[in-house]
Amino acid sequence: MNISAIYRREMRSYFSTPLAYVFIVIFLMLAGIFTFYLGGFFPRAQADLEPFFTWHPWLYLFLAPALGMRLWAEEKKTGTFELLMTLPVSVGDAVLAKFLAAWSMMGISLALTFPIWITVNVLGNPDNGVIVAGYFGSLLMSGAYLAVSACVSSTTRNQVIAFVVSIAGCFTFLLLGFPLILDLFRPWLPSAAINFIATLGFLQHYESIVRGVVDARDVLYFITFIGLWLYAGAWSVDHHRS
Amino acid sequence: MTSPGIEAASLRMEFGRIVAVDDISFSVQTGEVLGFLGPNGAGKTTTMRILTGFLRPAKGDVLICGINMLEKPVKAKAQIGYLPEGAPLYPELTPATFLRFTGQARGLSGKDLEDRMAETADQVHLREVWNQSIETLSKGYKRRLGLAQAILHNPGVLILDEPTDGLDPNQKQEVRQLVKEMAQSKAIIISTHILEEVHAVCTRAVILSRGRIVADGTPGELENMASDHNAVSILLASTGASQFAEKLENITSVRTVKVTPEGEGRCLIQAFPSRGSAILTQVTDLIREQDISILELRQEPGRLDEVFRNLTIPKTESAHGGQA
Repeated sequence: MNISAIYRREMRSYFSTPLAYVFIVIFLMLAGIFTFYLGGFFPRAQADLEPFFTWHPWLYLFLAPALGMRLWAEEKKTGTFELLMTLPVSVGDAVLAKFLAAWSMMGISLALTFPIWITVNVLGNPDNGVIVAGYFGSLLMSGAYLAVSACVSSTTRNQVIAFVVSIAGCFTFLLLGFPLILDLFRPWLPSAAINFIATLGFLQHYESIVRGVVDARDVLYFITFIGLWLYAGAWSVDHHRS
Repeated sequence: MTSPGIEAASLRMEFGRIVAVDDISFSVQTGEVLGFLGPNGAGKTTTMRILTGFLRPAKGDVLICGINMLEKPVKAKAQIGYLPEGAPLYPELTPATFLRFTGQARGLSGKDLEDRMAETADQVHLREVWNQSIETLSKGYKRRLGLAQAILHNPGVLILDEPTDGLDPNQKQEVRQLVKEMAQSKAIIISTHILEEVHAVCTRAVILSRGRIVADGTPGELENMASDHNAVSILLASTGASQFAEKLENITSVRTVKVTPEGEGRCLIQAFPSRGSAILTQVTDLIREQDISILELRQEPGRLDEVFRNLTIPKTESAHGGQA
């Protein structure tokens, strides 16, 4: 009840301002540029969406903090935070409702990339199961980015700070999966520790889902990750009142 | 249900080294309108934020209709209607969608919600701007929408932080009338800077200064604390005024006499009684005895702003002697 009231209020706020439309258009444009220019969609001459999904971790690196930065910082700036926190709503419900609304925005944007799915199906015979897994993994990962951004947003009333710190936070979890970064640790850490660091990052889990291997552990990783950051966010909302 | 609408017990709140609220206790019964007075920074808003569950006090307890705010915040908050300082609103919504949101968040739905929204819209006159975006509304409408949000669910407890701030005199009057009408069935706290408002709506008032309650009483009781309570003012022609003033000073229960020239050959004489005594009869007797023609004579009820100043300005002896 309370969750749905806040969720609907958030969605109304997205769509009664240009925010939703600008966000979706930029999302689609960037996704397109990444896929066709950087991903080399046509030169590869393969009917799959690998070049599309490969760039999503980078796409979300900027777009998720852009969406998440306002979640709490804006309410604190305008004072509606006080209004919200004095409604008979638990902090956990409020955190969850706001997160779900932002995640829905991501989901809608992602869903609107469907023409590219149609395109590969027209051009060839892709494995649609892999593509569905790709969308699923991408959505999960966007939630992880958003959960970090939402938590950061609750610590400040300044949206620019929220944006920049969120990018730094998300970037950290993105980098943890890169061989280049892992190599830095390799000389002085046992390989078990290196593997552990790699599993903390987004990339390993995301890439295996996108390849079509939907392993429960990878899904669990993202769900746990989101849950922990939402929990931290709720704690922060509770302790950063004035 | 005999528990009071609002009960605050030994509230304390610190921000770093600053003690914003220092051992404040009071209760507000249903039917009472308590005025919160005090200079900026006295702790009015902080106290209200504690009462509404926005801030957690360092010490103390808040009971709303008998429900402990710290233990059952969601249940306690459901009993309260709250207008926060500055009436914050979501600028991108309209009054209709905004009220629907707060109503739903408070568990109203369906016909109940629509009925209450319609009723509230009429009560605070929001019909003309019902579907207009909030950011385009005037300050008066925004304030009234904030008030609408607070009374929408017909709560047993109403806490309003400067409800008439930014309203024009007519709107102020309407809001005061509305608060008075609702008073019978609710426990209400309003904070204000406007002392006349205390007379207009409050059944009781507390004066806060630096986080403490320095006075608590009905508006009349507070006025009795003024040094000019029962003082007698006489307006008369300047000629012979100073001799008359000297005679006034000889009356035993007169503490001091002040003579102020008013221009146009007139003069205002004020006689202040010693504490607790009335001097009107002695003064009128003296006027008759001396056969002095006067232009105006009145007995002062005591000015609230003077009490306010005496209690909230730290340690400076005012002209008539402080009340500390």
